[in-house]
Parts: sequence; C-alpha cells; structure tokens
Amino acid sequence: MSGPLLQVNDLKKHFPVRGGMFSRKAVVHAVDGVSFEVARGETLSLVGESGCGKSTVGRAILRLFDITAGQLVLDGQRIDDLPPGSLRSMRRRVQVVFQDPFSSLNPRMRVRDILAEPIRNFGLAKTSAELEAKVAALMDTVRLPRDALNRRPHEFSGGQRQRICIARALAAEPELIVCDEAVSALDVSVKAQIVNLLQDLQQQFGLALLFISHDLAVVEHMTHRVAVMYLGKIVEMAGRQQIFTAPKHPYTRALLSAVPLPDPGAARNPIILKGDVPSPINPPSGCRFHTRCPSVFDRCRIDEPELRSTGDGQWVACHLEAVPEKSGPAL
Amino acid sequence: MSISTTRTISIPPGLAIAPQLPDLLRPVKIRRGFLGFLRNYPTVAIGGALLLCLVLIAIFAPYLGTVDPTALAPARRTRAPSAEFWFGSDMLGRDIYSRVLYGTRVSLTVGLSVATLATLAGLAIGLVSGFVRWADGIIMRFIDGLMSIPPILLAVALMAVTRGSVGNVIVAITIAEIPRVTRLVRSVVLSLREQPYVDSAVTSGTRTPMIILRHILPNTMAPMMVQATYICASAMIVESILSFIGAGTPPTIPSWGNIMAEGRALWQVKPFIVFFPAAFLSIAVLAVNLLGDGLRDALDPRMAKNL
Repeated sequence: MSGPLLQVNDLKKHFPVRGGMFSRKAVVHAVDGVSFEVARGETLSLVGESGCGKSTVGRAILRLFDITAGQLVLDGQRIDDLPPGSLRSMRRRVQVVFQDPFSSLNPRMRVRDILAEPIRNFGLAKTSAELEAKVAALMDTVRLPRDALNRRPHEFSGGQRQRICIARALAAEPELIVCDEAVSALDVSVKAQIVNLLQDLQQQFGLALLFISHDLAVVEHMTHRVAVMYLGKIVEMAGRQQIFTAPKHPYTRALLSAVPLPDPGAARNPIILKGDVPSPINPPSGCRFHTRCPSVFDRCRIDEPELRSTGDGQWVACHLEAVPEKSGPAL
Repeated sequence: MSISTTRTISIPPGLAIAPQLPDLLRPVKIRRGFLGFLRNYPTVAIGGALLLCLVLIAIFAPYLGTVDPTALAPARRTRAPSAEFWFGSDMLGRDIYSRVLYGTRVSLTVGLSVATLATLAGLAIGLVSGFVRWADGIIMRFIDGLMSIPPILLAVALMAVTRGSVGNVIVAITIAEIPRVTRLVRSVVLSLREQPYVDSAVTSGTRTPMIILRHILPNTMAPMMVQATYICASAMIVESILSFIGAGTPPTIPSWGNIMAEGRALWQVKPFIVFFPAAFLSIAVLAVNLLGDGLRDALDPRMAKNL
C-alpha cells in the first residue's frame, strides 16, 4: 500500500465541436497534458478560472467519459482502459460531490433510497438490517437527523442537500472524493460548515480529496497542495504555503492578487491581466499564457515550457524558472 | 408610575408614514390529499370532472334514455329537438341524441387509445434515441420525415391503404402522433442525462438500464402526462375530421364526425344535426386540454410540493 493513491499521467481530453455541415471540424483542447499525483489522505486543489479544464480533469478521473490520451492510475492499477465490468467495481473507490446541490439529487427519490443506492450497487451490506444501519450511520456522520431519511431532496436547504451528497459519496466507502466546486454554490456560513465537515471526514476516514475550486480563500483554508491550471495545463503546482506566499508562475501571481482582501484599507497592487482567455479550440503557440503574461519574452511565443521542479515540491511551467540556480529577471 | 411600553415618535411635518402595503402575493396554502390537490389546481378539477362525465356517458350510453342509434325511421326525418327526439332526428330519422351519446364511445376510445399507444411508442423510441447515440441520427431523420407530412394527411393516407374501422383509425392517428412524443422524450432524456444526479448514479455503480428506470423515466413522467392529454385532444379532433371526410370510422358506426358529415348538407335548414355532435366534441377537447394545462402546472418540478 505504498505509492500515490492516484496518478494522472499526461491526461488529455479533447472534445470535438460540430460546426455546420460544411465547416471544418474543430477540437476543444479542454485538458491538454496534465500530470499530478494525489497521496492517500491528502487534499489536492485544482484552481483556475472558468473554462481552464479543471472540472474536465475531475470528470475524467471519475471516468464519466473516455479520455483522449494519457493514463489514470488508481492505487497502481490503470483505470483509463478498463472494460465496463471491472470499471464498475473500481468506481466505488472514487466518488464525487458536485457543485449544484439542487440538481445533484434525484428529486423523486427519498434520502433513504439515495443513500442506499451505492451501498446496494457495491454490495456493501449483506442484510437489509445492515443496510438500514449503514444509512442511519451516514446521516449521523454528516450531522443530519435520522428522521430526515424519509424526506425528498426539495424539503432540504442547499447546505443540507450538500450534506446528503457527501453522505452518498461516503456510502460507497471511497478512498478519493472529487469535490467539483462542492462549496461554490453555498452561502459563506454554510460554506464554512461544509468545508469543516469535509476536513473532519478526511481525518476520520483518511480520505483523499481532489478539491476543484476557483475560491482561493477556501482552498487556502483546507488544502495541502495546490495545482494551478490555465487553458488545459498545469502551470504551477506546490504546497499550500509555497503557492500562497511564494508563487512563481506569473499566472499564479495574477490569480492570487485578484483575491479580495477582507481589509478594505489594505494596500493592494493587483496584477491586472489584459485580454481574455484564448480559445481552447486554437490555443496559443509556445507558452499558453504568453498572450497575457506581463513578463513575456520572445522564447515564450515559440517554446512551450515544461512543468519542472524548482525544489521543495514546487513545480512551475515557466521559462523564467528554467534554471533554478540562477535567479530569473526580477518581475 | 407607569412605564410606557410604546413610545410615540414625533413625525416631522411633511413626512407621511407609508401606509401598510397589501400583500402582493397571497400566502400559498398547500392542501394535502386528493381533494386538496383538486382545490389547489381547479383546472385539473374542472377538466377532470368534464372528462369523467363523458366517460360515464360513454359507459352508460344504453341506459341514458337512448334508443338504437342505427334504427331508421324514414317517416320522422329531420325532426327538430322535441320530447321524443331530444336532439332531433337526422335525414334517415335516426335519433341524434342516441347517436351523439354512442359517438362518445368512439371519440373517447380513439382519444385514450391513441394517447396511450403514442406515448408508449414515443417513450420507447425517444429513450433509444436519447441513449444510443449512433441510432439517434437515423431515428431523428426518420421522425423529421414523418413530421414533414401534416398529421391529418398522413392519417388519410394510412386510412386509404386499410379498411375503415375504429382500430385502423387508432393505428393511423397513433403513427401520425408518435413523432411529437419521440421528440419530447428525446429532448427530456438528453437534458436529464446531463444532470449531476445521473453522473452521481454512474459513479455509484448503477448500471445503465437501472439508471433509465430509476433516474430518467420517473422524471419524464410529468411532461409525458401533459403531452398525452394534448395528444388525446388532438386525436379526438383528427378522428372527427377523418370521419367527416369519410376516411375514418365507417358510416355504420355513429361517431361525432360521421353525424356532422351526414348533417353537413342540411346545415342551413337543420343546423341542430351538426350542432350537437360539434358541441360534444368541443366540450370533450376542452375538458382534455383543461386537464392538460392543469397537470402542466401541478407537475412542474419547480413546484414539486405536491409530488
């Protein structure tokens, strides 16, 4: 039981876009060569602006679609090319909590049946009494009253629904939970409750979390490591401390400088990026960030930087960091 | 010494206290149970009651003071409504009251059968189309082709190649109505497939047939029921049209369309022959449409309180 729980190697997911009957077929490079590892019991956050492919990475790991290229290795076993039969038994180990708590629960099912579904599917309870006990225990785990089991989702608030979603994810007794913007749709106070619940559960069950979010404040609060994505690629990956105190990639710096501060009088010097995110149908040559990078130079337009270690577990894909010993030009 | 609990605030001159606003929205009162449901949605109650009356008329037609609807009485042709002939008699002396009441059977049979059959067939085809992606293109082009033919024309064409009977009328109208249901089911299935709860079911290890049965089908029921009522209404009209132009129910069977067709020539002098079957047809279509409108409101998932 050594090695990382999940290894993602050079994951690519391209979506064909169908234009008109006579137009050329285009391809969206949603995820274009992403590699990372998630250790047991660890929280890795995937951050980036909308459309950068972070949710696609999550859905690829959940095997909700076939990937274009690359490898997904769960606990030493390839899961990207499994036939449907063996894939089903693998699914138990990776579960998901989605963003919208209103559409994540079938409106016509009782909470009891929602929670029993994974338990039955994966054969985790031998008798109906055991099933009942497990369902009740799940309600306790997510701190919902047991008598809510006979209600339907519309009778709950957003935060309570998200607890039900978490309980459903836990019902499969997973090792990794993909939280796809799991707290983004919630009020601040509820958000804090759910984040704390996730942290407690992580402690209790030794869960690994892949926390996909654009909310850097929440990420800073709960993550161990952060991977920053831009246009389908990871531009920087490092521990929480390093990312939030010493970001190296210009994009990470711009992203962090955009986080609102609670102190209105605090001095801020936000790095304002010009322009929009380029289209993932036709990504820029060289470094994908070169069209908006404040420290762009000639090499960036031709040569694509690779994600390279700069020591201390920090990985950066930027030509400015190409030679770790020599300090790059001051930004 | 008494302590005043309410302080009067002196109002500066020129400042008026805003009057109490009336409640813009009346508080929604949710009534439980079947009767409560009917009171919440009066259109369902009215449409349902009218439809129930028609169903009872159809079932108990022989016991409602009717005579044999095909009995000829050439001596008493085209009599105006009277105590003997409540709705008058037609040009062969047949009792229009009896014919209209027996005609209810034909219309309701056709309407309900077509609604059921077209819904079931459309559901099956729509589910396949929504789930089997490679079949989708083929099925939908075929459906587009069917839809490009006006339903009445299609039904007339289908009747032309078969013998006139109620069964054949039902089959012909069903085929003409299937495309509408199929498109609806397909679009609902395609949007439901993208729902996060379906993705969650996939990661929960639920197999595809079970996902369809547990997560897709129950959520298509509400739009399907509404669509079924519209199809029922449309089928009753098409049946009458087919009979009216002589391409539907054989003239030996009294149906509203047949009665109207027979009375057409005498419309200017004996309008009651056409009036009574037409009134019944209108009431029947109105009842079914009211029911459909009411169900659409009642089954709206955004107002899922009664589900």
